[in-house]
Amino acid sequence: MHKAAISRVDWSALREDFPILRERVNGHPLIYFDNAASSQKPRAVLDVVRSYYEHENANVHRGLHALSMRATEHYEKSRQRVADFIGAASADEIVFTRGTTESINLVAQAWGGKFLRAGDVILLTEMEHHSNLVPWQLLSERIGAQLRFVPVRDDGTLALEKLSSLLTPDVKMFAFTHVSNSLGTINPVADLCQKARAVGAVTLVDAAQSIGHMPLNVQELGCDFLAFSGHKMCAPTGIGVLYGRSDILNVTPPWHGGGEMIVSVTLEKSSFKKPPHRFEAGTPNIAGAIGLAAAIDYIEGIGRAEIFQHDVDLAAYVLKRMAELPGLRVLGPERDRGGVISFVMDAAHPHDLTTFADQYGLALRGGHHCNQPLMRRFGVPGTSRASFYFYNTREEVDRMIDILEKAARFFK
Amino acid sequence: MNPELGDLEELYQEVILDHSRRPRNFGELADAAVRVHGDNPACGDEIHLGVKFDGDGGLQEIKFTGHGCAISQASASLMTMKLKGKSRAEVEEMLSAFHDLVTMETNNDAPKNLGDLQVMRGVRKFPQRVKCAMLPWRAVEQALRQTEGEVTVSTEEPEFA
Repeated sequence: MHKAAISRVDWSALREDFPILRERVNGHPLIYFDNAASSQKPRAVLDVVRSYYEHENANVHRGLHALSMRATEHYEKSRQRVADFIGAASADEIVFTRGTTESINLVAQAWGGKFLRAGDVILLTEMEHHSNLVPWQLLSERIGAQLRFVPVRDDGTLALEKLSSLLTPDVKMFAFTHVSNSLGTINPVADLCQKARAVGAVTLVDAAQSIGHMPLNVQELGCDFLAFSGHKMCAPTGIGVLYGRSDILNVTPPWHGGGEMIVSVTLEKSSFKKPPHRFEAGTPNIAGAIGLAAAIDYIEGIGRAEIFQHDVDLAAYVLKRMAELPGLRVLGPERDRGGVISFVMDAAHPHDLTTFADQYGLALRGGHHCNQPLMRRFGVPGTSRASFYFYNTREEVDRMIDILEKAARFFK
Repeated sequence: MNPELGDLEELYQEVILDHSRRPRNFGELADAAVRVHGDNPACGDEIHLGVKFDGDGGLQEIKFTGHGCAISQASASLMTMKLKGKSRAEVEEMLSAFHDLVTMETNNDAPKNLGDLQVMRGVRKFPQRVKCAMLPWRAVEQALRQTEGEVTVSTEEPEFA
């Protein structure tokens, strides 16, 4: 089925939509393999943002004049677009934030601050990005909750056989990533959410690495909260989303206070709007939200199933080519993985390799990828990481392999 | 030499690669007066420096362990060779000169006292790698500070029990 789908997409033509892919770096054509950190932006998104500033720019929800109404309408339409994209029951379940990190902090501080008590357990996994670890550490220090972790197996998957002993009734929150940003592991989200529900735990899914890369429907996943960033899915930086199911968002108190989120204010006390506006204090990132909606249009124009198949095919090709290189070890699972590949080379430290690759126009990431505990788990100070998106090609992979071979000779 | 490798070849001179593969003065200094744990959390580079001072506060012995990129490890190896037996004032002078060497684009006349350390000059074209080169020097700077105020005590007695 995907084979037929793939043939419909002219992947190389899509590259033309991304002006930055024509850049040259250090005299070489850019090979951008740092998509897990941030994706590039198609012209369609850039144009929409520019057009917003040229024709609609004003503050939202306040003015009675034409521009304010245009901006408000476009902003709220973008919210609906996001709701449809992730299968939310209503646009009221979509809170605009600065990104995944802010979304998770909102849940930890506002929801966690109200509903968690000393002794409650917050269950996380060993593969969480710092953004889904540190906010829970801050909360647990404040209220005396405990953190507990699902271990990661040597092959980079979650040790699910341990879940039944970890997911006990004192677990009130189970927060975990959909796709690991350093191992590429795809976790069985629907299954994890169902098991959490069985013990009465609320779930939060970090979808930063999955949202732009595969079909995703919050109602099918059965999660209570889901967080993601726009900038990893073709949208501008500084815009992200917190999805929260209506019943749970409705009982969550405000986090940041200020304008936009209030109904009435006296010098002593205020009353607050219903979600999602209760959680959007101050002037929001209007252009970002509009850009995010444009990115969704662009991605859906290609098809998320098609993008996922492209990721999987390219990753399989990379693994096959990397297996030809002696002294190179790939971390993470062999199957059920996305387009994120972390590896270590005997000959070169990740930083030396990243510097070397950059001289050939190849953008890799070298370091701990905001996964310090996970790096320790695998006994490495860091890795080199190549992460892909739909505009990356096998020809680019071949050039990366050449560069890695050169590096192995250079540093040997 | 491959011309496209120009900056890389300058950064990773053969001497540097050699020191990163076979670091000199690598190991624990059993009777160290000061031990400094230097790490670069953003990168994962680690340098553990052991220093023993002479009666005048000069660096009598200096060894290191650690792991990290070629630049940090080679810098530590070259530094320990250079600093062993140097007076406090000389160490401070070299610290400043080395910092200039790896950061100042315009200064092509490196201070002569740096000697072999001048092979590190290629780092200046890679600003994001300056902290790798400076890591062992930051550790030495800390080691000098540790002794201030109680120099004689700390140089004579091991810090650990």
